[in-house]
Amino acid sequence: MIALLMRDLKLALRAGGGFGLGLAFFLIVTVMIPLSVGPQSALLATIAPGVLWLGALLACLLSLDRLLALDWEDGSLDLLATAPLPLEAVVSLKALAHWITTGLPLVLAAPVLGVLLSLPEPGYAWLVISLLAGTPALSVIGTFGAALTVGLKRGGLLLSLLVLPLYVPTLIFGAEVARRGALGMDVATPLMMLGGITAAVIALMPFASAAVLRINLR
Amino acid sequence: MTLIVRDLSIARGGVPVLAGLGFTLEPGRALVVRGPNGIGKTTLLRTLAGLQPPLAGQIDGAEDQIAYAGHSDGIKPTLSVAENLSFWARVFGATSIAPALAAYDLEDLATRHAGTLSAGQKRRLGLSRLLVTGRPIWVLDEPTVSLDVTAVEMFADAVRAHLGQGGSALIATHIDLGLEADLLDVGPFRAVPRALDDFDTGFGGDFL
Repeated sequence: MIALLMRDLKLALRAGGGFGLGLAFFLIVTVMIPLSVGPQSALLATIAPGVLWLGALLACLLSLDRLLALDWEDGSLDLLATAPLPLEAVVSLKALAHWITTGLPLVLAAPVLGVLLSLPEPGYAWLVISLLAGTPALSVIGTFGAALTVGLKRGGLLLSLLVLPLYVPTLIFGAEVARRGALGMDVATPLMMLGGITAAVIALMPFASAAVLRINLR
Repeated sequence: MTLIVRDLSIARGGVPVLAGLGFTLEPGRALVVRGPNGIGKTTLLRTLAGLQPPLAGQIDGAEDQIAYAGHSDGIKPTLSVAENLSFWARVFGATSIAPALAAYDLEDLATRHAGTLSAGQKRRLGLSRLLVTGRPIWVLDEPTVSLDVTAVEMFADAVRAHLGQGGSALIATHIDLGLEADLLDVGPFRAVPRALDDFDTGFGGDFL
């Protein structure tokens, strides 16, 4: 199992692996927003948690269509399906590799970009915590979407349409944690909801992903 | 491990292609699958490998025993030859990739990026994967595509060695590998198109 994770990480880091894609997109969006909104730090501080969360979500979405499509094209997915690894483990490891190469860099970059958006000082810790709790769900749900659309040529649009509604609860509670944190309010309720969604998704989604993958491999 | 297939019916895209197919593959034997294009050889091999369910019939002895090699080799162009092979070795729990590299004369290419290999070299890498799976039944779909004469000989030697160790092989191919193999012609098992129920009898039975 470690072999698959290591291979995916290695592939992502090598040339053309798409490692920096999500991070670069996140950077561009959050750097451009202060320029387009103008020098109103009060307004920026209000919208900062939501903007950062939305940027992270879209950056995550951007890299999803490569998640299984590359393995499908070169036949690796067929071979993995006949290997001793259960398909549930394959999709879980793929999601984990996606999170490490896309989600984790976003979490680490978010506080730096928060400075650009004049995020209020108490918000930084909660921004990082909310992203840490929420982005794994984005990767796991995204793997499900990738499994659904794996056989399709140019399935990117369909993938986004399928996955975005499933991302909404995570976005709502994640951004709410960051917003309340920035205002110094109590974050317990949205943080528990966010954590609950992520835990449920990690526990259940791999079975759905493996099931649709089996159908798509026929 | 003996592979026994009884009364197997398979479909591609919902259309039945082969029906009533049965054969037995004993350890140490090779079976060459023949048949015209589009008859369903690939579908048959994918069904045996467990990638799709059969319409009807039984497949015994296939579970976790089959090493499948299809039209694509599953090679990552940004990984080196050795990295590609050792990934599969680790997935299947094999300890060493050296014998597999040696069998297909890939030692000199081991550090090359797989993306820079020729089509024939890629295929050799794809076939060397079978040696690290440690599985007894090889199910191979047109394994000799883009191989030159020497490489075909390497492949035939690898299959012979595998059979000698008590393995078996099911190979869909159109060239003569010089193996002592049984022949399975799937032509006679072509599925009849589903009859339209009650269509003819709707015209009194003597319409056609």
